[in-house]
Amino acid sequence: MMAQAQISDHAAIGDGRSVALVSKDGSVDWLCWPRFDSPSVFAALLDGERGGAWRVAPAGAFGTTRRYLDGTNVLETTFHTATGTAVLTDAMTYGGGVTLRPAHELLRRVACTGGSLLVDARFEPRPDYGRVAGRVRAGGVLGAKVEGLRGELTLRSGVDHVASSDGALTARFCLRAGEHADFSLCWDDEAPAVLLPLGDAARARLDATVSAWRAWAGAMRYRGEFEGQVRRSALVMKLLSCAPSGALLAAPTTSLPERVGGDLNWDYRYCWLRDAAFATRAYFALGYLEEGRAFCEWLLNATRLTLPQVRVVYDEYGQPLPRERALWHLSGYWGSRPVRVGNAASEQLQLDTYGEVIDALFQLLMGAGRIDRTMQKLLRELGHFVAEHWREPDRGIWEVRGAPKHYTHSRVLCWTALDRLVRLSEAGLLERLPVQRLAAERDAIREEVEARGFDEALFSYTQAYGEQTVDASLLLLPWYGYAAPDSPRMAGTWRRLRERLEPEPGLIYRNEESFPAGEGAFGICAFWAAEFLARGGGSRDEARALFQHALESANELGLFAEECAPGSRSALGNYPQAYTHVGLINAACALSEARA
Amino acid sequence: MNGLSWLVWGFAGSVVLTVVMAAGQGLGLTRMSIPYLLGTWVSADRDRARVVGIFLHLMNGWLFSLVYVAAFHVWGGSAWWKGALIGLVHASFVLSVALPALPGLHPRMASETEGPTPVRLLEPPGFLALHYGVQTPVAVMVGHLAFGIILGTFYRPLG
Repeated sequence: MMAQAQISDHAAIGDGRSVALVSKDGSVDWLCWPRFDSPSVFAALLDGERGGAWRVAPAGAFGTTRRYLDGTNVLETTFHTATGTAVLTDAMTYGGGVTLRPAHELLRRVACTGGSLLVDARFEPRPDYGRVAGRVRAGGVLGAKVEGLRGELTLRSGVDHVASSDGALTARFCLRAGEHADFSLCWDDEAPAVLLPLGDAARARLDATVSAWRAWAGAMRYRGEFEGQVRRSALVMKLLSCAPSGALLAAPTTSLPERVGGDLNWDYRYCWLRDAAFATRAYFALGYLEEGRAFCEWLLNATRLTLPQVRVVYDEYGQPLPRERALWHLSGYWGSRPVRVGNAASEQLQLDTYGEVIDALFQLLMGAGRIDRTMQKLLRELGHFVAEHWREPDRGIWEVRGAPKHYTHSRVLCWTALDRLVRLSEAGLLERLPVQRLAAERDAIREEVEARGFDEALFSYTQAYGEQTVDASLLLLPWYGYAAPDSPRMAGTWRRLRERLEPEPGLIYRNEESFPAGEGAFGICAFWAAEFLARGGGSRDEARALFQHALESANELGLFAEECAPGSRSALGNYPQAYTHVGLINAACALSEARA
Repeated sequence: MNGLSWLVWGFAGSVVLTVVMAAGQGLGLTRMSIPYLLGTWVSADRDRARVVGIFLHLMNGWLFSLVYVAAFHVWGGSAWWKGALIGLVHASFVLSVALPALPGLHPRMASETEGPTPVRLLEPPGFLALHYGVQTPVAVMVGHLAFGIILGTFYRPLG
């Protein structure tokens, strides 16, 4: 039985179509192939006994240090033992001078850099979330194959494995200084499968992968005080961007809990439209125009079939999500059950999504000079929908599963949607828009928000109309241009937020319901706060201090989860979380632009 | 020989065979893609190989249908069951002789004994092409039966 590691003990590697999580002790604890949202091959992260894992690590006691190779998503784990030192390099490869490639390859090379040591390898695939005991069949020089899958999973290695009684393949071998062993796990959807060679050819694939990542990371435009953290965040965004479609996934995992032992466990292997504007701005700010445009193209493609309504969340190819269901056979991360796949939030009405989508397209289109007819039609339809429906209650940014409410943030995003459309029309880019009507609705929203979304006694904007609670999403009001960051009302709101939602410097809860629910602080909220301060809500020094405190929630590799437990700063929720990293990038850019 | 009838029904049979095999992939019966298998003969580019392979497979089908047509003439005419019987023999030959011998011919296919090298990377099919899924023989058999039945039913000799 494998023990479960902590969330932040993991590093992420990937190839733009899938992601694996590798623990500090050299275990691949999470991998879904062939897609991000496919059933898992390894899921020890969610069940140490049934999930399956692939571990390569020294036999006996060892210590570990690890890093990403500079400017890459290639992981290097160094094992220190009493007799020697070994470096394990993990990467999902691409390129390498061989054009015939399998659909995916996870390449692992363990090399002894000093002394000698015994290494244990244990390959225990448990496909389909542990429901299939993968029958591993030895195949001689062509490698071992896992049978019973739709695709073909092949493990090739330079060391001999033996089948153990529990269905795993194991190997123990000795490495001396200068020696290494390669392990190549490939997935192919169709036959004949491509089997990749080891040795020098494997080295070449690894080198090509490193070069490709460095070339991409080297194109980043940000040159500021936090360049290292921003580059890592950009690399996480790229890792979670679906290369074939341009979609940006929220996270590569499902059901890592917002409360350990609880049931706040959701599947995040999908793309939320809500975060479109943040992600687009981050891409453009860093100079990754191609990724920004690809993401907007994906937005258009995904929303086309459901217009004028848009769903909250789509899969990586813009399809509706599968029905949410619980996998009760898995014990969950440290007993956090149920493990869920699919996401019921896709059926909710969340009006803020319209504002996010329109704002993302606005950022793209204002620089484009013209808008084609299809895009104009889409924007008009979205505008009409918002104008018709903005008075309705919804589930809000946090996808509350209770009764719908009149959330202030949602209303402001409706205002944003109409404001951007009016501005596009005024710029002569959008034709046949009922500008006067939309402008009147926009002004009516502002009037209503100022009257019902602001509490005079509290002197703060409130989470929802008529309530006296605050919500971190209110920090975004200046971000959308709705309110000036240094306005008295925003200053009052920030004061209340700090009083009620800041348990310690650098951590912000999303709202006041987080306390009774036992949730952690939301990673992105701290970066929203830093950006709010940097853009005029406070001084640059205040913003910088908050930003630096927020950085402390990352693990030593610079990866953030969705949430973080106050005090221990242990990671909670799905991991790594794209939008926490997007928040970091936007806040760092705001800090660079802010005057000292 | 009725050239037009051969051209039309040989082509139709090849299309149906390709569709049946693709359906077998979609239904999870087999991973084998004959267009991909043939296309990688001439190209190491995966996407190009697939396109070229479709063309090669259709050409192959046309060529093989000549053998079927010849057999009908020798056998005193066509009938669906004659086509099915020839299809059965054809599929058995492909599975037990042609595919296992492929590593000796295919320029990019690895051998069971030598393993992949940087230029020979494709997994060999093995006996009855079982490496491509345990139900591959079923899919190949169904595809060739359909091919034979179409030719046997619709091909009409002149006169």
